Amino acid sequence: MAEITRTEVAHLARLSRLALDDSELDQLATQLDVILGAVAKIGEVTDATDVKPMTHAVPIENVMRPDEVRPSLPREDVLVMAPSAEDGRFRVPRILDDEA
Amino acid sequence: MTDLTRLSAAETAAAIASKDVSAVEVAQAHLDRIAKVDRQVHAFLHVDAEGALAQAARVDSGELSGPLAGVPLALKDVIVQKGIPTTVGSRILEGWRPPYDATIVTRLKAAGVVVLGKTNMDEFAMGSSTEHSAYGPTHNPWDLSRIPGGSGGGSSAAIASYQAPLAIGTDTGGSIRQPAAVTGTVGVKPTYGGVSRYGLVAFSSSLDQAGPCARTVLDAALLHEVIAGHDPADSTSIPAPVPPVVEAARQADIAGLTVGVVKELSGEGYQPGVEARFAEAVETLTSLGAKVVEVSCPHFGYALPAYYLIAPSEASSNLAKFDSVRYGLRTGDDGVHSLEEVMSLTRAAGFGAEVKRRIILGTYALSSGYYDAYYGQAQKVRSLITRDFTEAFGLADVLVSPAAPTVAFPLGEKLSDPLAMYRQDLATIPSNLYGGPAMSLPCGLSDGLPVGLQIMAPTMRDDLLYRVGAAFEAAVPPPVPPLDWEA
Repeated sequence: MAEITRTEVAHLARLSRLALDDSELDQLATQLDVILGAVAKIGEVTDATDVKPMTHAVPIENVMRPDEVRPSLPREDVLVMAPSAEDGRFRVPRILDDEA
Repeated sequence: MTDLTRLSAAETAAAIASKDVSAVEVAQAHLDRIAKVDRQVHAFLHVDAEGALAQAARVDSGELSGPLAGVPLALKDVIVQKGIPTTVGSRILEGWRPPYDATIVTRLKAAGVVVLGKTNMDEFAMGSSTEHSAYGPTHNPWDLSRIPGGSGGGSSAAIASYQAPLAIGTDTGGSIRQPAAVTGTVGVKPTYGGVSRYGLVAFSSSLDQAGPCARTVLDAALLHEVIAGHDPADSTSIPAPVPPVVEAARQADIAGLTVGVVKELSGEGYQPGVEARFAEAVETLTSLGAKVVEVSCPHFGYALPAYYLIAPSEASSNLAKFDSVRYGLRTGDDGVHSLEEVMSLTRAAGFGAEVKRRIILGTYALSSGYYDAYYGQAQKVRSLITRDFTEAFGLADVLVSPAAPTVAFPLGEKLSDPLAMYRQDLATIPSNLYGGPAMSLPCGLSDGLPVGLQIMAPTMRDDLLYRVGAAFEAAVPPPVPPLDWEA
């Protein structure tokens, strides 16, 4: 089942927003192949077919509370730890191309 | 004069309550101890001497009181404390000071507990040796050339080297219990949902659980009672009374209880010395009046693969929040790189090798075409493991096994072999997948290094861990580390 290529790792890195260099990609491809080979063991469990997947240890469904307005953290306390802030907001690098 | 750092938390609280010693003196003694030995142990990432002494003064003035008032504690750096640097062992959060307190911290402060500082850990709690910390490894006080366990190796090492009588850990796959096992201390993963996760930097949300670390079972129970209980700020927090853990630790009587030895948690991968101490521990439980039976949990052999699909999958999603926008590191913001490029550069620079490995693994397991075979199948296996527990608890009140398959191994030994590192969690993972509580406590030495006995109980029966643990501890007192490296 397993077997992961370097190209596949590069694609996963892109999806994960990780700018990995060539040596990291090589190393990860090798290691992930071994790890996936080991975890693929769960495919051997044959009595799981009709079992419900378990997502959580606590069988809680929706937890509701009254829809009341409450104070949140002060804006300045939050922005002071941001990598970059301007005019009371988070400042981010450009999102759109110049011509857009 | 008594060395204040050698007292248990219960003894310390009693001495402060009776005014034999002040909380400030106790805090200062521990701060001095940290200054003396932590250069060698490296348990702490940040020490807040000023905050600790101020909190101690509030206890001395009578403003704060309670069963642990004035007792110093070390906080794993995955729990946020307002204004105190929180790194989670990662460069990506270097220098970040959280704007709020975790619910655990709010409760500790109200109880008069004195937080000394933040402890070292594997980055984002991913690891079994603390070697994946971006700030360098912690050393095991039993042998400084060996690992203190992980991810909570800073917390376990701080306690074992008398830098604090109490610590908070978090346990996603064994990060409280395996460090406890290899440092000869007591560590408890409470029932999932028993302790609030509000303010805990998430790794794998369906598995993460904070809990107490201590040198005695009673101390762990006292801390458990302070931090546990329903919290409206955590939607997975259980709205039920806290199990009577302190009462159970004081009761310390196991006559009439049935203890199940899990057949599948032995054999391949477990060191002979660990198995020998475990076998003796089982004999001790019998001699204390427990009925011992063997139980089989046929799917436990698949717990490790299931965990290493579920936890990385959840992590790949949880760690998406480190996007260089709201907090932490930002790299490559030069006016040329786009937002996406800045995010990718930041995450590549800020995350270490193990975190990257797990993000990629999780992204793979969740991707279309593989989802059913990996993540979906792992969740089904999780159901079967839970069924194994339910059936085993029909035959026994608690289950036991070794807590870690080996004693503390040398630093560096497993660093280049991720699978070998993952196998440290063989015995601890099943309880995380199921959600029930589990404890590790010392059961002797092998080659001069501590071995941990694991006790597992049904969901919301945390009290049973303490009842059995305290009885065992009374019969087999915890080993004392030689600390022969101390100057």
